[in-house]
Amino acid sequence: MTGKTEAKSTAYRQTLLAGLWRENPVFRLLLGMCPTLAVTAAVKPAFTMGCCVIFVLVCSNIIVSLMRDLLKPHLRILMFTLTIATFVTIADLFLKAFVPAMSETLGPYVPLIIVNCIIICRAEACASKNGLVISIIDAVGMGVGFTVTLCILSGIRELLATGAIFEIQILALLKDGGWFVPWAAMSMPVGAFITLGLMLGLVNKVTNKEA
Amino acid sequence: MDTLNVLLMGFISIVIVNNLVFTKFLGICPYLGVSGRIDMAFGMGMAVTFVVTLSGTLTWLIDHLILIGTPLEVTRYVCFILVIAGAVQLVEMYLRKFFPSLYESFGIFLPLITTNCAILGLCLFINLWGIDSLLEAVVLSFGAGIGFTMAICIMAGIRENLNMADVPKCLKGAPITLITAGILALAFMGFAGMIR
Repeated sequence: MTGKTEAKSTAYRQTLLAGLWRENPVFRLLLGMCPTLAVTAAVKPAFTMGCCVIFVLVCSNIIVSLMRDLLKPHLRILMFTLTIATFVTIADLFLKAFVPAMSETLGPYVPLIIVNCIIICRAEACASKNGLVISIIDAVGMGVGFTVTLCILSGIRELLATGAIFEIQILALLKDGGWFVPWAAMSMPVGAFITLGLMLGLVNKVTNKEA
Repeated sequence: MDTLNVLLMGFISIVIVNNLVFTKFLGICPYLGVSGRIDMAFGMGMAVTFVVTLSGTLTWLIDHLILIGTPLEVTRYVCFILVIAGAVQLVEMYLRKFFPSLYESFGIFLPLITTNCAILGLCLFINLWGIDSLLEAVVLSFGAGIGFTMAICIMAGIRENLNMADVPKCLKGAPITLITAGILALAFMGFAGMIR
């Protein structure tokens, strides 16, 4: 009996950790690139975005996992999409009501979570095949992995573009008597593409060493 | 004459100045996935152009004839995604019947157009910018498709040559594609401020 529970908890831990590194949605699976690039000009919107994704991912995984026996194969993608769209609408209305400024900054990228490949990929690859608990753990792992990646990327970009992280000044700017000259390009699309490209390269390098 | 001017400006703006791929980061997944060969990239671009024009027009109609001003507005995203899924299905059936070879070469990427952010993104942007004439919505959606095709074809052309270049091992594949896209985005930034 104890052996069984132990095996189970190992499986849970494996699932949780997979999302963080081994199957990290951004670095490994290259999923959800659009929000990754678009909202990472500063840490705050990136973090909000990550939280929205976690919420939608967990909710849709729960629903999909509960209805997995009722799904007809040719209709399942449609059902996934409708489930996701419903939860994204909830998240969007919530942001509009409670943090209107942030909702303004994120703009159409919140509704665009609907077409974020991570969520539909997890629904298809995990929730439609596994039970409730594993699905929730998988969703949390993937969501946290995504959020952490987003925060790292946006941290680098915000630091180089404004000398601040989470709007707290870290590097003294030249115009305030310091030494740091902000790189305006980092807050623009260029910065997003190139930073992510170099980060992916770094991850590849580290992985190759491990193997 | 004035309408024509507005339409022309809107078209150029969405193709070049506000290009969906380079300034709004929409449609990055197919952009990285299908841009390996120029003929496939062009085919993908055409499919996206068709779907985006169709769904941009339909979603504008649904938004303005049914949703706006009613409590049903909360179902907007659900409606949009349903329209797009339907349009993609239509294109898939059409291609399978009339261009089977093209259909074969698309493979998985055709159904994936449904989850192409460029399409839903464009529908949302039309809604966000408050476009209130049908003609303008049609022109903008078509322009978005052309802009996407242009971006993906440029990228495919570069990548075909990149295959022969000596790229550091850890940067091969997606990373170098992203860096190239960054440099392209830098080039396209030169157009910023040309219109609006």
